[in-house]
Amino acid sequence: MKRFSMRAARSRTRLIATGAIACAMAGTMALSASGTAGAASAATPGVTSTSITLGATEPLTGVAANYNDIAPAMAAVFAAFNANGGVNGRQIKFTYLDDQYTPSITATLTHELVLQDNIFADVGSLGTPTQLEVQPYLNSQKVPQLFVLSGCNCWSSSKYPYTSGYQPPYTVDGKILGAYTAKNFAGEKIGYFTQDDEFGFDAIKGLNMEIKSSSVVSKQTYVATTAAYIAGLNSQVAALQASGAKVVVMAAIPPFVNLFATTAATLGYTPQLVIDGVAGDPSAIGSSAVLSTPAPAGQALLNGAITDGYGAFENQTSNPWVQVATKLLTKYDSQVATKGITGDELVGFNLGYTIVQALQDAGKNLTRQGLLNAIAANGSKFIESGFVPYSYSSSVHFGYEGEQLYKMTTAATPITLPSGTYLGVEPIGPVYYTSPGAGPVKVWHGAPDKVPASLSKVA
Amino acid sequence: MGAFRRRVQTLTAKSWFRLPRQPMLRHLSFAVVAVVGLYFLTQWLSAFNDYEVGEIAFYVIALAGLTVLTGVNGQISLGHGGFMAVGAFTYALLVEHTTWSLVPELLVAVAVTAAAGLVIGIPATRLRGPYLAGMTLMVALGLPYLTNQYNSFFGGDQGLNTPAPNGPASVNPTEWLTWIQLAGAVIVLVLLGNLMRSRFGRSFRAVRDDEIAASLAGIHVARTKVIAFTVSAGCAGLAGAFLALSAGGVNSAEFPLALSIYILAGVVLGGTGSLMGVWWGAIIIVYLPTQWSQDLAKDFHANAVVSANLAVIIFGLVLVVTMLVAPGGIQGALRWVVGKGAAYFSSGRVSNMTLVLQESTDPPVSDGESVATITK
Repeated sequence: MKRFSMRAARSRTRLIATGAIACAMAGTMALSASGTAGAASAATPGVTSTSITLGATEPLTGVAANYNDIAPAMAAVFAAFNANGGVNGRQIKFTYLDDQYTPSITATLTHELVLQDNIFADVGSLGTPTQLEVQPYLNSQKVPQLFVLSGCNCWSSSKYPYTSGYQPPYTVDGKILGAYTAKNFAGEKIGYFTQDDEFGFDAIKGLNMEIKSSSVVSKQTYVATTAAYIAGLNSQVAALQASGAKVVVMAAIPPFVNLFATTAATLGYTPQLVIDGVAGDPSAIGSSAVLSTPAPAGQALLNGAITDGYGAFENQTSNPWVQVATKLLTKYDSQVATKGITGDELVGFNLGYTIVQALQDAGKNLTRQGLLNAIAANGSKFIESGFVPYSYSSSVHFGYEGEQLYKMTTAATPITLPSGTYLGVEPIGPVYYTSPGAGPVKVWHGAPDKVPASLSKVA
Repeated sequence: MGAFRRRVQTLTAKSWFRLPRQPMLRHLSFAVVAVVGLYFLTQWLSAFNDYEVGEIAFYVIALAGLTVLTGVNGQISLGHGGFMAVGAFTYALLVEHTTWSLVPELLVAVAVTAAAGLVIGIPATRLRGPYLAGMTLMVALGLPYLTNQYNSFFGGDQGLNTPAPNGPASVNPTEWLTWIQLAGAVIVLVLLGNLMRSRFGRSFRAVRDDEIAASLAGIHVARTKVIAFTVSAGCAGLAGAFLALSAGGVNSAEFPLALSIYILAGVVLGGTGSLMGVWWGAIIIVYLPTQWSQDLAKDFHANAVVSANLAVIIFGLVLVVTMLVAPGGIQGALRWVVGKGAAYFSSGRVSNMTLVLQESTDPPVSDGESVATITK
């Protein structure tokens, strides 16, 4: 009898519990349902007669947080143009969300941008794994995924017409650095030190087109995880040292270049370094690039290292693009006061200005297809701070395919930021350009674009 | 107050207010109510919230599978992110190479992942506690990484495409996908609910409580453990395929170790062994990293380092607090509160109160009856 009543009580309890849960769940949803977008009256999502809504996902925090100053610089450019009448009479609204460099979060936030914020286009989002995650979705929804900040070869593909990349493909990096290495360090034993993913694979593809395989004596890799960083690079550096490599070509992210330099200093290994532009900015490399007395371990190795870049560095203060960027960012980007003008700020500035031009070029009657057409038709004529014009066309969806070689040296003007004083860089040799496919590395003779008066005016 | 109480008592005494005693009927009636409620919920919510509900649905499936393994059968697994990867990649490969329709593709994904669970489950029967955790950890770390070693087959970093299925033209595609995922979640919960009330469920619990006693009672301990592992992995496979549908593509970066840990933490937070509690865990997994922690960081103007780790910190804190205050998780705490309420509205005699309170002090892992209750 007791048992029966207990069961009945339990049964009722269950039903009530279920009801309570259903109510609570509905409540939870209702709380988060608050920011629903208004009815889309215009034919083009994200465009009204007075505004254009753009969105991006960025690693503002997490392992790639060193890139967190790019989006604020883009936002500063938009703010400057908004203060001067906007683009074709429309104000740019730019929302950038923190995906922590985690693909699953990128997926959710990109859905949020598209479904809730109703963006016109996703612009300047950063990261290979993160943007690969949303490439199919954005293309299926016909949302432009423009100027992805990554050098993966995957952004220019006929399968994904709504996607385009921004920085030079890693294979182009590899070809240009490979050509320089083969010419200037002929006969030397060469070692590779690369990241064990598409970044490293694509770079090696380019290096192998230019460097004879017989001169490569050792190929070492690392995995870009915190665990691998803590474990250290002793075995890789020792293997390169034992192979007798006098030149080490690196496709690595800044923290691992730093770790490599300090480890090599400890082991007494002093090869010539050739570093992919991903880690080309000494201020991003960090501790071993700091100018101090006594010099930190590893600085001897970085002093004289060769790298490549598609735009001016922050220590080239006589460059008119660096000057106009400094002026605009100081006025419109609040974090410049504490962080200074970094290389990433310059990237964000140039990218922001490119987006403004693309929107201007797409005209008053703004549509997504119109924007893509404008970039395909006129992208190569956009005015920008790089050394070569953009490659954008109907078939090529890469931004830069040409670069200047630089040397990190104590002889150059140091990079001075609130966080410290770093090794400077100075340009060496001509500007090179090439495509990620087969084909030679050529010298570019054209002059860089001048800063237009229309930009100086808004800055 | 007394009148109201009496009225509630009269109402709950009516026979139609009671749920059917037979498990299948009982669970199906739950399911019908849930389907109707969820349909109106998705209608009411915006498209993006629908997408999030879809995410909750596939986490519910993964969590339900794990709660059967960990809560009901007593085996710990840190490898369910890896099993989700198996399901996701199987589904994506079927999309790529066949022209089958959605349901058979999903069923094959479940079957393949269940087979993977079987293979992992056999050696797992010889391990327990931290050793089992260590072995399953390898599944989470190793399986997704394996796909990067065979780039041409698994598409490398770019991975494979899994476009969302097209529903009727009148239905918003996001909503359609959400319905599919919710239907999957309800079906899985009904099936698992029945399984828990069957001979298998009782064996699972018996093995969890005392392996020697279970084997003396004629239960094949190793076989029971392997069955639990297989069922659990199958659920993770379906969850993985649904994750791939939500993301629109599948690549190894979608299945970091953190995913496996979140799933286990979600099970514990919701209430280990509770099939209703998994909803709470899933809601937390979906909203904490992308919404709540970011809003909180913004409100407190936290710096980058803090806000990057805030989700994990909150997860840890909530987990500790849950373990101390409500070992039965959120569902256990709710059951306790509801039990109090039910005691008040039932006759109110001391004996009944004690009964309900006794019920609430059951081991936290008792969504169904515990073995002890059956043998009483």
